[in-house]
Amino acid sequence: MENILEVKDLTVNFGTFAGDVQAVRGVSFDLHKGETLAIVGETGSGKSVTTKAIMGLLDSNAKVASGTIMFEGQDLLKASAHEMATVNGNSIAEIIQDPMTSLDPTMTIGKQVSEPLRIHKSMSKEKAIARTKEVLELVGIQNAAARMKDYPHQFSGGQRQRIVIAMALVNYPKILIADEPTTALDVTIQAQILNLMTELQQKIDTSIIFITHDLGVVAGMADRVAVMYAGKIIEVGTVDEIFYDPKHPYTWGLINSMPTLDTKADRLYAIPGTPPDLLDPPKGDAFAPRNAYALKIDTQQAPPFFPVTATHAAATWLLHPAAPTVTPPPEIVRRQAIYQQMIAKGFDQPNNPAVKLNTPATDQ
Amino acid sequence: MRKYILKRVLYMLLTLFLIATITFFLMKLLPGTPYQNQDKMSASQIHMMNVQYGLNKPVWQQYLIYIFGMVHGNLGISFQFSSQPVSYLIATRIGPSLQLGIQAMIVGSILGILLGAIAAIRKNTWADTLATLLAILGMSIPNFVFAVLLQYILGFKLKLFPIALWDNFSSSILPTIALAMMPLAETARFMRTEMIDVLNSDYIMLARAKGLTQAGVVWHHALRNSLIPVITLAGPLAVNLMTGSMVVENIFSIPGIGEQFVKSITTNDYPTIMGVTMVYSLMLVVVILIVDILYGIIDPRIRLSGSEVNA
Repeated sequence: MENILEVKDLTVNFGTFAGDVQAVRGVSFDLHKGETLAIVGETGSGKSVTTKAIMGLLDSNAKVASGTIMFEGQDLLKASAHEMATVNGNSIAEIIQDPMTSLDPTMTIGKQVSEPLRIHKSMSKEKAIARTKEVLELVGIQNAAARMKDYPHQFSGGQRQRIVIAMALVNYPKILIADEPTTALDVTIQAQILNLMTELQQKIDTSIIFITHDLGVVAGMADRVAVMYAGKIIEVGTVDEIFYDPKHPYTWGLINSMPTLDTKADRLYAIPGTPPDLLDPPKGDAFAPRNAYALKIDTQQAPPFFPVTATHAAATWLLHPAAPTVTPPPEIVRRQAIYQQMIAKGFDQPNNPAVKLNTPATDQ
Repeated sequence: MRKYILKRVLYMLLTLFLIATITFFLMKLLPGTPYQNQDKMSASQIHMMNVQYGLNKPVWQQYLIYIFGMVHGNLGISFQFSSQPVSYLIATRIGPSLQLGIQAMIVGSILGILLGAIAAIRKNTWADTLATLLAILGMSIPNFVFAVLLQYILGFKLKLFPIALWDNFSSSILPTIALAMMPLAETARFMRTEMIDVLNSDYIMLARAKGLTQAGVVWHHALRNSLIPVITLAGPLAVNLMTGSMVVENIFSIPGIGEQFVKSITTNDYPTIMGVTMVYSLMLVVVILIVDILYGIIDPRIRLSGSEVNA
C-alpha cells in the first residue's frame, strides 16, 4: 500500500501561562492512498491539533517540538507559510465541524467555492464558474447556477455542509481532512453527508483523515482506525481489528461504552475518571489511573507499540510476553468470539461498512 | 429598498420636528435676553425691540410662528449680526464646517480601521501595544488640547502650517488632525476587538485551509466582516465631530458654523440657536440613514431581510 502522508514522532506543545501543555506527544501514522483513516479519541486527546499541524494552521502559541510530516517528498513542518499556502486547498483540503460558522457570511457561496480555484489554478472566470457549478451539483445543491449568487444564510445546515465539502473538493485534493464533519448535524443529515463523502471519495480518489469521537460513524466510514488518548496514538488497526479484537484497555472502554442492539443494562458504561492533565502528563501509560487492568509497570514506564498483526498494533504492557493474561470486559470477549468466527469463515480484511444508508441526494 | 428609504425619510422628518419643538422650549428656559446692553436701554426701547422680533407674544404663539416659518424655509432673522437672515448666516458658514467634518471623518475612520486591523493582526506585539497606546491617548486627551499642541509644535515651532487661519487646504490640516483624533481612536479600538474576533472564527480558519495567505484572508474575508459592527460607530462619531468642531473652530478661528453656534448661545440669539441646531440635527439623521443603507450594502443578511419585509 502506497503511503501518501507519513507523520513521524509529531510533538506539539502549547505555551500557556501555567506552562507547556503537551497536546500531541510523539504521534506517528501513515495515510495510505485512497483509504479513510479515522482518528478517534475524546475531546482534548490531540486529534484536531494533529491535523492542524499537517495543514500548518496551528495557533500562534503552539510549538512543534519534534517530528516530520512527509507529503510528496516535502516535510510540511519545515514548509514556509507561503509554501503551505500552495498545498492547502490544493492537495490537502479540510472540512470542519460546524457548517453554520464555517462559511463567510458576507460572500456569495459561488465566490467562496471558487476561491481555491482562483488561488491555485490560473483558471479563466468562465471556467471557474463552470467548475464551481459542476462541483455544487456533485454535492447535491439543486439549481446550482442560480444558487451560486446566494449567501450562506440562505441555506440550511445540511446544505451548508455540502457547500463546505464542495469548497474542499473543488481542486480534487489528494488528502481530505474531515474534522468531525457531522457532529453539528442531525442524524438523518449526518447519514446523507457521510454517504456523500464516501461516494465522492470513490469518484475523485482521495484519501480521507476522519476525525471523530463517534464510533458509529467510524464503523461506517473508515478503513483503518487510530485511537488517541492524552496526545498519543495508543492503538491502530483495521476497522474490524479495532471493533472486534481491540487490545488496549482504553479501546475496550470506548467500545464498551457504545450501546449495541443487545445492550440490556439500564445505564450505559462510562470509563471512570477524567483524562490526565497534559500540563504534566503521567510518567507511564497515561491511561493507567483510569485503567482497571493497569499493571505496576504502567505507572512507571510508557508502553511501546506491540504489533498484533501486520496492520494492528497497540501500546499496552498487556501485550508484553511477560504480562499476565487478563480477561477483557464481557462485551469485548463477545466481540472477539465473533471475530474468531469471521476469521474461521475465511474472511480476510474486508472493508466492512457496517452501516450504509440509501438516502435521497438532497436535504432541501 | 426605495420603499424602505422613503419610510426612513418620513421618520427623519418626524425626528426633526420633535427636535425643533424640544429645542424651542428649552431655549426659552435660557436665562437672560438677547439684548447685550440691556441696562442702558429704557423699558419702552426693550418693548419696541420685543415687538419687532415678536418676543412680546405668548410662547406658544412664538412657537407656532417659528414652526410655520421653518416649514416654509424661513429660519428667522439673527439678533446679533445686523439683522441677517439665519439661513444666509448658515449658508455662508457651513462650508468650512462641512469640509472640516468630512475630512476629519474620512481621516479618522480610515486611519482608525487601518490601525485597528494592524493591531489585531499583530496581536500582542509592539505594533499592537503602540496602536492601543495611541487609541487610549486619542480617547483620553480632549481635542482642544490636541489643537493647542499641534498649533504650538507644527505651527509655531516648526512653522509647517498656519496657526490660526482659514484660506487654503494646508490651513485645514491642523484642525482636521485635531478633530480626527477621537474618531480615529474610537474606530481603532472597536476595529481591533472585532477583527480579533473575526480572525478567530471558523470561516477564517477554513479560508486559510483553502490556501489563502494572511494578506488574502484579511483582505477578502476579515476586513468586511469586521467592518459591520464598526459602521455602527459612524452615528455617534458624527455627533462627536459636530460638538468637537465648535471648540476646534474657535481655537483655529475658522469661520464655521460651530463657532457661530457658540456665539449665538452666549448672546441668546434665539433664531440662530434654533437654525444651527436644526442643521446639526439634519446632518445627524442623514448620517444615520447613510449608515443604515451602508449596513445593507456590507452585510447581505440585513439587505435581504430588509427587502423581504418591505417588498
